Amino acid sequence: MDKLTVSPSPHIRDSITTSKVMLHVIIALCPALIASAVIFGGRALMLTGFCILTAMAWERLCNIIMKRPNSTGDLSAAVTGMLLAFNLPVTLPYWMAAIGTFVAIVITKQLFGGLGHNFANPAIVGRIVLMLSFPSAMSQWAVPFYDANAIVTQPTPLVSGNAEYSELFLGITGGCLGEVSACALLLGGCYLAAMKIITPHAPIAFIGTVFVFSTLAGRDGLYQILSGGVMLGAIFMATDYVTTPITSKGKVIFGIGCGIITCVIRFWCSAPEGVSYSILLMNIVTPYIDMFTRRKAVGGIYKKEAKEGKAE
Amino acid sequence: MRLNGIILPHRKGTENAETVAVPCPETVKIAMSQHMGAPCLPLVKTGDKVEVGQKLGDCETYMSCPVHSSVSGTVTAVSDMLLANGKSCKAVEIACDGLQTISKEVTPPEVTDKASLVKAVRESGCCGLGGAGFPTHVKLDYDESKTKIDSLIINAAECEPYITSDYREMIENADGVINGIKKIKKLLGIESVYIGIESNKPKAIALFEEKLAGEDGYKVLRLKASYPQGAEKVIAFNATGRIITEGTLPSDHGILVMNVSTVGFINSYLETGMPLVERRLTIDGDAVKTPCNVRAPIGMKLSDILKLTDTNIEGIHKLISGGPMMGMCVYDTDTPVCKTNNAFLAFKKPVSLKGLTVESGQTNCIRCGRCIGACPVGLMPAELERAYDRGDRAALNKLKINLCMNCGSCSYVCPAKRDLAEKNQLAKGFAISK
Repeated sequence: MDKLTVSPSPHIRDSITTSKVMLHVIIALCPALIASAVIFGGRALMLTGFCILTAMAWERLCNIIMKRPNSTGDLSAAVTGMLLAFNLPVTLPYWMAAIGTFVAIVITKQLFGGLGHNFANPAIVGRIVLMLSFPSAMSQWAVPFYDANAIVTQPTPLVSGNAEYSELFLGITGGCLGEVSACALLLGGCYLAAMKIITPHAPIAFIGTVFVFSTLAGRDGLYQILSGGVMLGAIFMATDYVTTPITSKGKVIFGIGCGIITCVIRFWCSAPEGVSYSILLMNIVTPYIDMFTRRKAVGGIYKKEAKEGKAE
Repeated sequence: MRLNGIILPHRKGTENAETVAVPCPETVKIAMSQHMGAPCLPLVKTGDKVEVGQKLGDCETYMSCPVHSSVSGTVTAVSDMLLANGKSCKAVEIACDGLQTISKEVTPPEVTDKASLVKAVRESGCCGLGGAGFPTHVKLDYDESKTKIDSLIINAAECEPYITSDYREMIENADGVINGIKKIKKLLGIESVYIGIESNKPKAIALFEEKLAGEDGYKVLRLKASYPQGAEKVIAFNATGRIITEGTLPSDHGILVMNVSTVGFINSYLETGMPLVERRLTIDGDAVKTPCNVRAPIGMKLSDILKLTDTNIEGIHKLISGGPMMGMCVYDTDTPVCKTNNAFLAFKKPVSLKGLTVESGQTNCIRCGRCIGACPVGLMPAELERAYDRGDRAALNKLKINLCMNCGSCSYVCPAKRDLAEKNQLAKGFAISK
């Protein structure tokens, strides 16, 4: 007779896995990808596919060099590749995109220990490095429905400030390939929330803060949240599990922080857009937010150490 | 405020299976340690004749309760036995004569007040039948001058998947359970009684509501069918809104929590004087051909019970005593039934729980926070795991590792398939070690 298996409880597990979580995120990004393909043409699809492929390739290469098990199956590299592509102008040369995914996967993620150990969102770091390295190529904003033979560029609506709300909502405007269509991004966000992959805390806090702060600063709040990378950043990057706070309270603080920094950069700094920087900065303070928003156990008795110390 | 819980598939396929008494086995092996506390010392020796209900072992320690014979026959050996927790104890092996002669010791006790109830419950060998095996007389023997119990909570949540033995107790022995509750309520002078039943057992809720209609001081609670609803702290909070704080007992908060089967048994003991010698067990799992509820004598070998359900014992991969969330693995099919058992689940190889993944590859923690959302006592399992891995005792204590009840919810929900519950158990021991 075979020996009986002895293992600690629980003996059953939920069917959710890391790769299923990542697959849900990819599905949620698809409406924005489709919108982008309609607005910017086939090259949007090509560039996204290229970023996904190179991100997975860098991940596998790192696994081999670092003698680690193959981690491409968890699909987190595919999500990173897709998010980075969404943050690029559609006209960006492929070799530059490959550098972006290298920075994201190899430097930001794998060198820190792989999935779960990166301190900052890999796609954000990839975008920021590209923006600082290739400022002109990274700010070539093709007009919607452009002709591939004669690319006409325009400033982003954030700079021009003259786009219609409906154009911004649908995404008929210049900008990064995945960030233009607010409605497609919102659709993806609703899907993630419905599938319980993300909680709405951080996105609502982020978008809400941008709206309120802009209005208080005398700008058009609705215009500010619909243009630029706020929707993409709030829904898909401020909700990244690894680099944002783990408790609901922490997520709200994170979202508010992102919103304030975004507005400050947009209104009073030389850079036109601040979403990436705001998320990166808040990524860095995430461990501290976590430390101060630790949940108290039900029925736990906590001694007030600091006060006792002073009394002595 | 609301305590967290997770939604599990119920799989209560045996809920309509009426309890069947198993035929008297040929041999039984009765362990001297079936409860929480000091093990009993055997009172019989090899060659002695024993009868049903005769005391086989007892112990003078307060935190203990006696063990009785479930069969009539001859003692063939007093041997050593390895328990599931790794400790060993004495066990009395009996060859049954099949007559099931009832011992003269079995007479209904005289119970008039709290002290006599405590004494009777001790003599009955009763311990918490929900699984922990806490000696019931210790629970009832609180100091009246210091503690005022105003709420009796009858725990009939049965939140673990598969198990239906408490449900069958409620359906088959509703009057016995209600009489038991009334007796305890009267003898201890408790004002309100809450009977907590999960909403996935509508028949039991309707039955108890009907039987207790018009009586003051009784309330049937329809609890949400979420896990771990039946954990003492959780059901106490959901019934009364009181939080059992760290280091205190329910009685410190005026609460007495008793399992429904325990109450049913106490009633039958007060009526007949027959001590705890048999248990109702749910036998289920995909290796069991005819899942059922059985009434089995304590000490009966598991393999004898499984044979009665046409189970191919050779084909069992994993055998669990208790539910799939908190149950312990049995390493030997000849393990005898003990007082605290309420179910045995047998699974084939490879373990397949109909769509529920059981063993799959681990990835790094992705900090999704699902474990934090699942923990009923508000712990942070992901942080605990990290603190344990770096050997940080101070952080473990600060994160209140001692409050973990090992319900397994964190491991269940983890998409990275981390063994959080197992780590918590290791960390609990590590945090108090020097």
